[in-house]
Amino acid sequence: MTHLLATTAAERAELITFVLLAPLSVVAALGMVLSRNAVYSALLLVVNFFCLAGFYLLLEAQFVAVVEVIVYAGAIMVLFLFVLMLLGIGNEDVLRETIRGQRPAAAVLTLLLLAAVGAALLAGVFDAEPASLAAANADGNVQAVGRLLFTRYVFAFEAAGILLVVAAVGALILGKRRP
Amino acid sequence: MRVGPGAYLLLSALLFGIGVAGVLIRRNAIVVFMCVELMLNAVNLSFIAFAKVNGALDGQVLAFFVMVVAAAEVVVGLGILVAIFRKRSSTSVDDINLLKG
Repeated sequence: MTHLLATTAAERAELITFVLLAPLSVVAALGMVLSRNAVYSALLLVVNFFCLAGFYLLLEAQFVAVVEVIVYAGAIMVLFLFVLMLLGIGNEDVLRETIRGQRPAAAVLTLLLLAAVGAALLAGVFDAEPASLAAANADGNVQAVGRLLFTRYVFAFEAAGILLVVAAVGALILGKRRP
Repeated sequence: MRVGPGAYLLLSALLFGIGVAGVLIRRNAIVVFMCVELMLNAVNLSFIAFAKVNGALDGQVLAFFVMVVAAAEVVVGLGILVAIFRKRSSTSVDDINLLKG
């Protein structure tokens, strides 16, 4: 009985967290797209990333949630803000259309995409019953993800390392001032 | 009353759609980049929701790799933007027409 009560309490907590975070993440994403100031866009995107980290925690992905905050909200968005400041935020984005009919076309295409994805979801996986990650996460999510990374995905892991080095060297070369 | 994977997938689709709209509407290349990041994160959310549906961690590992590639992409992309800005003093995607025939 206590076990049943505990699960419902956990489910209620998940529901409340989801209901709080989901509108916040959508509003932050919309604000990012619609905000005239690029710095506001970047900060709203950080808010969105924090919401996503919350969802990852709800979905038992603690490692990815922490990486999301450290790498995305911490490193990548700081890089964005750094470049924004470097290039000057004075030259603000013109929100007028330069291609005629672009905005309505964008709206129609986005709605079409959403309709297609929504139809696919409603047709198939919407009521899929989630399995539990309890077995996979038995001795900790970080340990389990690390074990997968260094066994089944070790080749991809090493390739990712090479990719990061190449990207760093590429950025260095791109950023160098040529005489 | 519980939150099924469908709710996460719908949210993910919504965020992806907002990102697509942003890429189509915005003219500032940096903001276009941010919208691409939003789309990558929306897909990550569905990866992790599916990881829970399947009861396996492979989806989480894949989301981790998406983050690695996104980081590399941002570094190179922003490097290119800075290089373009030095030549043309603008980050609007409309001004980048060197390859126009």
